[in-house]
Amino acid sequence: MNALHGAVPIAWYLILSALLFSLGVVGFLIKRNLITVFMSIELMLNGVNLSFVAFAHQWHQAKGQIFVFFVMMVAAAEAAVGLAIIIAVFRARATLAVDRIDLMKL
Amino acid sequence: MELILFLIFAAICVAGAVNLLLQTHPINSALSLIVVMTSLAVLYLLLGAEFLAAAQIIVYAGAIMVLFTFVVMLLNAGREERTLGSKAARIVGFPAVAALMAVLATVIIRTQGLGVSSMGSGVTSTTELSTELFTKLLLPFEVTSVLVLIAVLGAVALARHGSGEGAGK
Repeated sequence: MNALHGAVPIAWYLILSALLFSLGVVGFLIKRNLITVFMSIELMLNGVNLSFVAFAHQWHQAKGQIFVFFVMMVAAAEAAVGLAIIIAVFRARATLAVDRIDLMKL
Repeated sequence: MELILFLIFAAICVAGAVNLLLQTHPINSALSLIVVMTSLAVLYLLLGAEFLAAAQIIVYAGAIMVLFTFVVMLLNAGREERTLGSKAARIVGFPAVAALMAVLATVIIRTQGLGVSSMGSGVTSTTELSTELFTKLLLPFEVTSVLVLIAVLGAVALARHGSGEGAGK
């Protein structure tokens, strides 16, 4: 790798993105608070966005960046609706612990 | 120069993500997520995505995380108690995550023809981006605006007082 010339291999960006996605999945599994579980989902979205931008740079396409733009918009909508649902759940059950929000569990 | 910037901000990014997992208080997790998003904006700049870097700061680190911290404070969310999680998460989840990470890393490392990024070469200007967005992709853009409008209405309807017993009233 000609790393010392100052250019960063695209593969490193992709590995960072995979790492962020995996950390998001781990957070989704181990966190016990509804809000932090939701934050882990945002972390996964960010990891995927990074790989979109890296590939857009690789092939000199603007479309990859536009895809990230749409993901951001959908994430904003999702955050608004998700947090409203969290507020409604908190009103109904007075807890944020996912272990105690088990009405739909078999 | 670029390599040093990448290494610094990639390290900050991963450290913030790990810190998100380790903190028990939601507000600390939210703050470390802001760190992750801001350092990702710097990485977008290194990849020549100047508009997305600005949008990342404004939309993610600004709007979405303000919403998160606001909800954490509104609900007065306390420290979470650590449980071991479900059995499925322990038996299937963590090995699956490790396998996913390993497969992704192997595929990425073995892939030939991935180039290098250099800051001067591939800058996508905002003009280029908006030309594409407002000529070829105008319909998806407008559909997304309808989606955001519906999301706003849904959020208001869900979070309204007394929505538990019939939101239609």
